[in-house]
Amino acid sequence: MNHDVARPAAAGDLPPDLAANPRLASWLTIESGRVLVRVGKVELGQGILTAMAAIAAEELDLPPERIVVVSADTAVSPDEGVTAGSMSVAAAGSALRQACAEARALMLAAAARTAGLDPAGLSVADGVICDAAGQQLTSYWELADQVSLDVDATGEAVPRPSRRPGEGSTSAGTLPRLDLPDKIFGRPRFIHDLELPGMVHGRVIRPAQRGARLVGVPGEPLRGLSGVLGTVCDGSFLGVVAEQEDTAERAARALASAAVWQGAADLPDEQDLPAYLRGQPAETTLVHCVGQGGVGGTEGVRHSATYSRPYLAHASLAPSCGIARWSASGELTVWTHSQGIFGLRRAIAQATSLDVDQIRVRHVEGAGCYGHNAADDAAFDAVLLARSVPDRPVRVQWSRRDELGWAPFGSAMVAEVSATLGGDGRVADWSCQVWSHGHTARPGYAGNPGLLAAADLEKPLDLPASIDPPAGNGGGTSRNAVPGYDFPRQRITAHRLLTMPIRTSALRSLGAHVNVFAIESFMDELAAMAGRDPVEYRLAHLADERARAVLEQAADAASWGGTRSPGRGRGIGYARYKNRSAYCAAVAEVEAVHEVRVRRLVLAVDVGRVIDDDGVRNQIEGGAIQATSWTLKERVRFDRAGITSTDWESYPILRFSEVPRVDVHVLARQHEPSLGAGEAAQGPVAAAIANALFDAIGVRVRDLPLTAEHVVAAMAS
Amino acid sequence: MLDRYTFTVNGEQRDVVAEADTPLLTVLRNTLRLKAAKFGCGTGLCGACFVLVDGYPTPSCDTPVWAAAGKRIVTAEGLSARDAPHPLQQAFLQEQAAQCGYCISGILISAAALLQADPAPDEQAVVTALDRNLCRCGAQGRIVRAVLRAADRQGERR
Ligand code: FES
Ligand code: FES
Repeated sequence: MNHDVARPAAAGDLPPDLAANPRLASWLTIESGRVLVRVGKVELGQGILTAMAAIAAEELDLPPERIVVVSADTAVSPDEGVTAGSMSVAAAGSALRQACAEARALMLAAAARTAGLDPAGLSVADGVICDAAGQQLTSYWELADQVSLDVDATGEAVPRPSRRPGEGSTSAGTLPRLDLPDKIFGRPRFIHDLELPGMVHGRVIRPAQRGARLVGVPGEPLRGLSGVLGTVCDGSFLGVVAEQEDTAERAARALASAAVWQGAADLPDEQDLPAYLRGQPAETTLVHCVGQGGVGGTEGVRHSATYSRPYLAHASLAPSCGIARWSASGELTVWTHSQGIFGLRRAIAQATSLDVDQIRVRHVEGAGCYGHNAADDAAFDAVLLARSVPDRPVRVQWSRRDELGWAPFGSAMVAEVSATLGGDGRVADWSCQVWSHGHTARPGYAGNPGLLAAADLEKPLDLPASIDPPAGNGGGTSRNAVPGYDFPRQRITAHRLLTMPIRTSALRSLGAHVNVFAIESFMDELAAMAGRDPVEYRLAHLADERARAVLEQAADAASWGGTRSPGRGRGIGYARYKNRSAYCAAVAEVEAVHEVRVRRLVLAVDVGRVIDDDGVRNQIEGGAIQATSWTLKERVRFDRAGITSTDWESYPILRFSEVPRVDVHVLARQHEPSLGAGEAAQGPVAAAIANALFDAIGVRVRDLPLTAEHVVAAMAS
Repeated sequence: MLDRYTFTVNGEQRDVVAEADTPLLTVLRNTLRLKAAKFGCGTGLCGACFVLVDGYPTPSCDTPVWAAAGKRIVTAEGLSARDAPHPLQQAFLQEQAAQCGYCISGILISAAALLQADPAPDEQAVVTALDRNLCRCGAQGRIVRAVLRAADRQGERR
């Protein structure tokens, strides 16, 4: 985990999340013998709670056992927006580090005042404050009542320089994950495991087809079922609440088979997504344009190619779950695994006409989440159902079918790249156009609640076309569309669709997956045209030393120039994530017999300063394996009426037997700022695999996933 | 129709009253409050809900309670002996073999059955034994290493 970022340069210069929530007491509370730490970021399986505990422990000179990280809760936690992208840890970490440094300084100042000493001469060990001679003066625990943290951060306390692992420090690098023991011993930890007093169970019956409206539920489908507490029907939203989960399940099945729906959306033709994407009304942005004379007018050999990917599902291993309770007086409490509890609270307020102050949203861990999945939708389902049974918490568990069918997807995309090779074989100009739906539809986007069920209500709150994060945050459709190479002339255009028949939102790395796949596949095509080695050809267009270093390291470690086993191919892919974050190069070794198998991945990454080497490796390995799964197998299937890939057979993901060996080389840059690692591998791995496939069988497959079907189609064309 | 079913769970005899076709997973999680086995798909395709039924890794989501009657059930909670974690659990901690951890209970069950049958599996055997378990976070490499490490440790003890 990279939680270490540039420290405030001067007093008064607060990390942004602390500036927005300056009250120290909102970040930490010192009690007897322990410190409660609150951050607005949430655990998504990336180890953030552990990183926060390590930072607080380091800054307060405490052993990590004394730190309790409180789960995010709108009632007590600072608002730090959404937890997404690998920089979340850095944002929360730098704010918490500063808050802890200030709390420590206040404690030392109080101790010094009482003893008539200079605070600079005091030290802390395990919460005990000592003078220069090592004489114990007092402790955090004794001072807790006297020193108020109900003051604003000033930026005056300066966090101490981080001690390196091995120097007796409590850095995150040496701290095992705090959440893993519960998970490994099977103790309740996930929202799915939460049992609240009086809790009952809800299920929602989603429309039979996309865009269908509920006509009615004739007959008495629930007759004979005891333990049903009630049904909720509001417009086309249909749900049921029962004492027992089993009863809720049976009731939902009975309602689903009785319900009559009418109408359907007309989804695009899944066999011709690229044409569909290009044909829709779109908002067009010129992302990047450099060089005299424009592109296309240069002398030389011209080449163009078009690359695409289908819609991808987040496909968390756990279908989403949400719990809500309305008090008789109209106060609402929601338990959720949402990535943004404050945004969800505002969205619920908007959709229910409650005041935000009447709503409390509490985070409870869910399964790994790789972007905006159905967590928020499940929470809102629970809100709608719980209104019918005041004072009873209603737990809504989504089915696998609904999770794969109704959660937002990562957008299908198409990228068209053209370039001219000059007489020396170098790229003289480069242009790229990319088409995509927007990459965010999180609660509150475009001024809408953005909650699935809200669109089904009698008074619907629609789900408008998803939007893109601003360029300053790395963009969405345009993320990594600008090649990181030194091409003299470039023109990059992004088209974000204004229609959205299939709901899309953030999926790990947003548009970077396809854009890097396209750029890096095309670089290989150009290298081949120029008769050059792919690695050497990239290096010839790259001045950035850090970029060169990861490429060279990955190539070396994978014995790039060495002979391949028969039937195997080798390929490389490279990118600097968001063009300004982590550098990553990947070499893939694939085998193609009946299907494409990735045997080995070698990755070299430069994430700046490394605090937790194992954390970086874990994220890169996980990202690389997930990217392999996307690239080889994944494709959301649909017909004109709805999503058809709604189980693990129709939406297969990589299995143990298909997982490649993954070697990760981390290039330490201890003097550079830390950069997020979680998303850096997605694009480079996709391209490396496609390039290795070409190396193995001589066929260029430009449409993901690299299934036998697409390989055969590419052979034919 | 409600009926009474009896089986042993983690060594203890349990009686439950349930509809015959209620999934064993629901009974374990909601009636017996054993939360290790997870709901992932409900159709036997992901492994999150695996438990040992008479020693075999079995999807409890897909096993009606009537079919569990009279059987010996072991959940991930039951792997560790009193005070002593199962070697697999120790190895998973040492390797930090998880990201979100939602898949882990089911994977421990498959791995425990493997080590029971083959105390010294090679990597291929581990991969084959875990192939019915999905992990979406991409922690497979670490998980395989952890299982091999646990097997080594068991070997040393003999
Ligand atoms: S939940 Fe039982 S196999 Fe998926
Ligand atoms: S660790 Fe998240 S599914 Fe395996």
